[in-house]
Amino acid sequence: MKTFIKGLWSEHPTLRQLLGMCPTLAVTTSAINGLSMGLAVIFVLVFSSVVVSLIKNLIPHQVRIAVYTVIIATFVTIVDFFFKAYYPGISKALGPYVPLIIVNCIILGRCEAFASKNTVGKSFLDALGMGLGFTWALFLLGSIREIFGAGTILAGTSLMIKIMPQDYNNLVVMILPAGAFLVLGFMVAAMNRIEEVRKSR
Amino acid sequence: MKELIIIFISTVLINNFVLSYFLGICPFLGVSGRIESAFGMGMAVTFVMTLATAISWLIYNLILLRFGLFFLEYVVFILVIASLVQIVEMFIKKFSPSLYQSLGIYLPLITTNCAILGITLFMVARNYNFIEAVVFGLSGGLGFALVLLVMAGIREEMAYSDIPRVFRGAPITLITAGILALIFMGFSGLISS
Repeated sequence: MKTFIKGLWSEHPTLRQLLGMCPTLAVTTSAINGLSMGLAVIFVLVFSSVVVSLIKNLIPHQVRIAVYTVIIATFVTIVDFFFKAYYPGISKALGPYVPLIIVNCIILGRCEAFASKNTVGKSFLDALGMGLGFTWALFLLGSIREIFGAGTILAGTSLMIKIMPQDYNNLVVMILPAGAFLVLGFMVAAMNRIEEVRKSR
Repeated sequence: MKELIIIFISTVLINNFVLSYFLGICPFLGVSGRIESAFGMGMAVTFVMTLATAISWLIYNLILLRFGLFFLEYVVFILVIASLVQIVEMFIKKFSPSLYQSLGIYLPLITTNCAILGITLFMVARNYNFIEAVVFGLSGGLGFALVLLVMAGIREEMAYSDIPRVFRGAPITLITAGILALIFMGFSGLISS
């Protein structure tokens, strides 16, 4: 259970360990983009971790990183083709950041640091926890940027809600790259603050 | 020639890999603490990027396209990059042990530097010819090195300033990067397309 929980908070991949920054910043122009990226990463992370922990005893130590990368690249190709076939809109919005999941350090990091040393079940839980942690951070970041930058949330789905009043001037900077850096900076600071208060109790 | 200059300027300044495509953020946050290591990292990335675009272009256009193997694109590209990084690592280890020490863990991590895989994918998506691809790779690397150096300079100064405690480390670096990104947006008027 602890294996699962730690990815959601105390060892949160993006906000505590600062891994997987590129997709975190790049695709979070809207909540739905953040969410779909998160789901894609969960899929790749879970399957790669399970496969790595299944064959961990067969891989020679020297070439292990190359083997992990090839395993990850295979699952990413599957996700990419899946998006292209069933959700062409999302595939277009995420652009090259879907293939770039291959070099998302969270996935390689979990394969190397956890899955290569633990049983299949534990690796599965660890991957699921880390993936969900990653997803909520992306969803939150995407929501904040979308609310302030476009005044809506979940645009592009049937659940779209207009949050800001009609005469609200969109803060365009939130959708621009600069906004991503700024919001994420404040999110990490908030996380630090919460941990500080929790520890001092 | 004109196209090449446009590719160069727009990749270094306007569509900078770090500040507008968010590629290579991990080394950007990790190695930008000191100017010296930032310079070494920037040069290593520039070198690997230029070679990676050249080799991937050849493999993609001469082998993958000809035999209809384009679905192997990602796997092949990442293997090219991984082996290139291995070569660069051995090279630096032999000729500059001090640089090797200061780059530390980040050298093997160039493999997972998304800027490098990213640039090969952009190159394919934009249908560059061979010369354009090499210039694109070189300017992408130089743009990365430029931002890394600027950031390292700022962070060396920042070490002496009084930053609120919860903002120390990563948060203030991210916010500084945000302001840098705003500044770099000023370059976007440089080329009117």
